Amino acid sequence: MKGLKFTRKQLCIPYLLFLLCFVALPLLVVIYYAFTNGDGQFTIKNFINFFTSPNTLGTLFYSFSIAIATTIVCLLLAYPIAYILARSKMKQKMVLVFMFVLPMWINFTLRITALKEILTLIEGNLAYYPFLNSIIGMTYDFLPFMILPMYTTLLKLDNSLLEAASDLGANSVQVFLKITLPLSVPGIISGVVMVFLPSMTNYVVLDMLYNSTYIMGSFIGSYFSAYDWHNGSMISLVLLAIIAIITLMTSKYTDENESRGGSLL
Amino acid sequence: MKKFFSAIFIVIMLLFVYMPILILAFYSFTTSANIGSVHGFSLQNYITLIENEELRSMIIGTVLLALVSAVFSTVLGTLGAIGSFYSGKTTKGIVNSLNQVPVVNADVVTGFSVCIAMVIVCNVEKSTFIPLIVGHIVLSAPFVYLSVVPKLKQMDSSLYEAACDLGATPGQALTKIVFPQIMPGIVSGFAMAITLSLDDYFIASYTKPATFDTISTYVVNATRGSQTEIKTALWALSTVMFVAVIVVVVIMNLSSRKKEGAKNAEI
Repeated sequence: MKGLKFTRKQLCIPYLLFLLCFVALPLLVVIYYAFTNGDGQFTIKNFINFFTSPNTLGTLFYSFSIAIATTIVCLLLAYPIAYILARSKMKQKMVLVFMFVLPMWINFTLRITALKEILTLIEGNLAYYPFLNSIIGMTYDFLPFMILPMYTTLLKLDNSLLEAASDLGANSVQVFLKITLPLSVPGIISGVVMVFLPSMTNYVVLDMLYNSTYIMGSFIGSYFSAYDWHNGSMISLVLLAIIAIITLMTSKYTDENESRGGSLL
Repeated sequence: MKKFFSAIFIVIMLLFVYMPILILAFYSFTTSANIGSVHGFSLQNYITLIENEELRSMIIGTVLLALVSAVFSTVLGTLGAIGSFYSGKTTKGIVNSLNQVPVVNADVVTGFSVCIAMVIVCNVEKSTFIPLIVGHIVLSAPFVYLSVVPKLKQMDSSLYEAACDLGATPGQALTKIVFPQIMPGIVSGFAMAITLSLDDYFIASYTKPATFDTISTYVVNATRGSQTEIKTALWALSTVMFVAVIVVVVIMNLSSRKKEGAKNAEI
């Protein structure tokens, strides 16, 4: 590198160009396709199609129900785990934390294959309980993503606050409701964001468990394989809008570095 | 009593997480084609995994793709993080917000948009692997960026200036001063890029060449098919991956502990 003349600022040029070409531009293309027809003329037909077709609305509703149910189940399971691990005085508790997070690094299709074999053994035909199995599958897939941010937040919890509260006469339920729970909100919200969005679009879990893809993500795919970029783009745009709204709503509370469990490595 | 219930709960949740993987691992060493019936010990699944041409090339292809896209992601993301860290507010703002898009976006939408822009509009052939590699860089580079930025914030900024004042070129100051300081961020970014690429299904399904399969797309297709030999060989693959992940995690942890130990010894 000797003799090479550049300033530090210029180092971001390649990445900026990359982001413009492969992140910004594709989004603009999607917006363009969403509001044009096959002849390239402006139209809001795709938009109206989306919000008038019972098929798309039904799928949107179903995806929302799966995502909400998965998020609630993950929350109810992950919060106690994170709480117990964070408050535990065990010396080797990092090993337990790692055990809960480790599956995150195993390919999710292989993990779902394992789950499918077990569920088939227990239930027989998985298509009999599609909603229940979807929730089990999604929870199995996303639980680690919920545990990690909540654990990190609960670990930072200042013990003296809890002691102060109980010294001042609060019982353990009051301490939990008035101190612990409010202070763990950032972790809860980043966990919820990390589980809610993927479970709305992860059609592969349903596809693998009982050959159904009745969920938002697969819709893009079915339009795509029918060479209908316009309606596919409109669905992408709706998903983007939902994601944008959730991100804006929660950005105040979350710590961006905790996304997708990177912080543990 | 409270402790007892906590322990029971943790054990039950660990069983929920590991039971499927472990049962599959057990059956991968038998001749049975379905879970529930044991016939006898066999390494046939592991032999198939190594000898079957299709499986072998699929695994090697997936690993190569992860390595190539992780290297590109790490270089782009690290340089981008350094550059934007020292840039003015506007550039920093643009890079930060564009960087955040693939992080929060659903992978289906990322894959679809990259595919539409590159393959449909720009006519780049999927068979060149370029859309697939670009798609995986779009997925991973933002996470490298996010893991390098905090290390830059922690760094003492006067070190770089001191090096320049003492006659180092910007290139030397960068390689001798900045890189060693932010190395932990770069390494964890690289590791994350590898896992994201290995785990991805959605982006690959939109951008991969028709004749190429990653582990994810292959497994999804295999669950639709009825080839028992392939199905049980995938149990072996799941077991191998499980063991590999444990080994990597243990090694990374031990080495980081060693470093900490060395640091403490210096002090």
